[in-house]
Amino acid sequence: MTKILEVKDLQIDFATYAGPVHAIRDVSFDLNKGETLAIVGESGSGKSVTVRTVMGLLAPNAKITHGEVLFDGVDILKKSEKQLNDMRGNDVAMIFQDPMTSLDPTMTIGKQVAEPLILHNKISEADALKEAERVLKLVGIKDAGGRLKDYPHQFSGGQRQRIVIAIAIINHPQILLADEPTTALDVTIQAQIIHLLKEIQSKIDTSIIFITHDLGVVAGIADRVAVMYAGKIVEYGTVDEIFYNAQHPYTWGLLEAMPTLETKSDRLYAIPGTPPDLLDPPKGDAFAPRNPYAMAIDLEQQPPFFKISPTHSAATWLLAPGAPKVELPPEIARRHALWASKHPDEKVVN
Amino acid sequence: MAVNKKKALVSVKHLVQTFNAGKKDEVRAIQDISFDIYEGETLGLVGESGSGKTTTGRAIIRLYDPTSGEILYNGQDIAKLKNGSKQMLAFRRNMQMIFQDPYASLNPRMKVKDIIAEGIDIHHLAKDKADRDHQVEQLLEEVGLNADHATRYPHEFSGGQRQRIGIARALAVQPKFIIADEPISALDVSIQAQVVNLLKDIQDRQGLTYLFIAHDLSMVKYISDRIAVMHYGRLVELSSADEVYSHPLHPYTKSLLSAIPVPDPDVERKRIPIPYDASKVEGDNKQRKMVEVYPGHFIFAADDEVAAYKAEAEENHKTPAGTATD
Repeated sequence: MTKILEVKDLQIDFATYAGPVHAIRDVSFDLNKGETLAIVGESGSGKSVTVRTVMGLLAPNAKITHGEVLFDGVDILKKSEKQLNDMRGNDVAMIFQDPMTSLDPTMTIGKQVAEPLILHNKISEADALKEAERVLKLVGIKDAGGRLKDYPHQFSGGQRQRIVIAIAIINHPQILLADEPTTALDVTIQAQIIHLLKEIQSKIDTSIIFITHDLGVVAGIADRVAVMYAGKIVEYGTVDEIFYNAQHPYTWGLLEAMPTLETKSDRLYAIPGTPPDLLDPPKGDAFAPRNPYAMAIDLEQQPPFFKISPTHSAATWLLAPGAPKVELPPEIARRHALWASKHPDEKVVN
Repeated sequence: MAVNKKKALVSVKHLVQTFNAGKKDEVRAIQDISFDIYEGETLGLVGESGSGKTTTGRAIIRLYDPTSGEILYNGQDIAKLKNGSKQMLAFRRNMQMIFQDPYASLNPRMKVKDIIAEGIDIHHLAKDKADRDHQVEQLLEEVGLNADHATRYPHEFSGGQRQRIGIARALAVQPKFIIADEPISALDVSIQAQVVNLLKDIQDRQGLTYLFIAHDLSMVKYISDRIAVMHYGRLVELSSADEVYSHPLHPYTKSLLSAIPVPDPDVERKRIPIPYDASKVEGDNKQRKMVEVYPGHFIFAADDEVAAYKAEAEENHKTPAGTATD
């Protein structure tokens, strides 16, 4: 597999009146060609900031204090604004969360979809509109030719998100960044959009970074998953490793807090407390105060990544040699049992 | 749970809500719906955006003037109460609402204690200032906040905490019935569970009745006793939560359930979404109404469709999968 994107030791602070907020604290990951990487985490965990960095779209008060973002071997962070403009909407494109605000209400959708094509290629407007029509058809807008002169308000939320996707893919980007692209949509429309993204991916062989807090959506779209908490990745692995063999207590908490349609118990598991204030990040493991499995060392020292498999790592002291064996929550024990039945020869961790 | 014998706290009868009636941009948001909400239960109301679920909640609490139909609260028709009348004020104390957006639904320029006590002031529920403060303190504790929070402003709180303030405000006037309109959809997953547990605890302690409006179907199933499914301004199915999820009958409900993403990659790989074509199911001009096709299970059906639904429901309950719901 070829790596198309490598993020190395990224650290980002935001300047605020109260002092620097350490929003991204040492994040590293890579993205392979043609795969979908899901980044999961709650608001404030740094998932959106991470992908905006890849797009070169950080807010003016953001300061990258450390790290590199290598796209095809070249550091994006060192690119000039002009080089970034060449890249955005061409090699790297983004689908935003809210289809109601990410389109220009005063511009016809034909023009909006054709715009990246005209900006990045020597092409006549007529030809660009023809291509726009083709892409709009591809994303499932009915009577695309007849609707090129329509404005965003004449479309439903689901159709608008299809138009946003059309804009993102018209230049066949190598990387598609999708920041909660289905969160604002109904489940039936969400299912259609996810199906559409998969279809497009197989047609134009693009890599996708998909940000979401919905683990159900992750299970359906991701090849690999990175779980973020308080500005760090705490666990990453293949989609099966994360859902059936999760090792970090935060990942456990997320999996437990989602009621499945089978949930019968009287109370839902809720991760106690709230995420830490990143103005003053805790010394040890940021999740320790909310973690029922926390040990003394968690409050003192940040856990390093422990490898579970060549593709799966988790930053928790529970994986350290000599750590006590903990009793898993029932839902996680059920998932680990599924994993064990699929991989009978593997030695059991935890 | 013998729901049939329970007393209906709220009865909606042939409710119609039309906006801009008679004009070119007329919207028929709710088209003749009827249902009961039993005392002490949670009725979940699900549907896509635009299905009319929020309008239904807002019509019941009389944020709108219903176009026609009756809304009985404890047997009294409240659909035609005039705003500002004495009866309306009394009714408003019994029914409260929790809103979707915890950022927009709290006045940023008011202190938390004044937000919570606004209802107490309007209904003259506090003897003096000390009593008012005491009540606010108790309400804050009831929702898992503490007395120190009373003098702060909304911006000092996280989304989950704000939603707790919204719940405390609703509880301040000691209501019997609460309409929660997507109370958790703006919150993070880990916080959603906290708020849902809180709502359940309060219901247990105070014997409240809930109308829980949402589009997150897994959470609705978890919190609701019965579920009503809305589509295009009409109810299409209504039954116990288990029955709706394990034995859905209406094609629209089946389609909706087939689209719920499940946090399990193996299940997701096998997912086959069932499309719903409204023109095929509702396109003919047949008269349809809600029909009870199995005890407690109502379907929006035409006369000639009832037999098929009945047969399907019977068939569903033959399978010995331990699916008895009542």
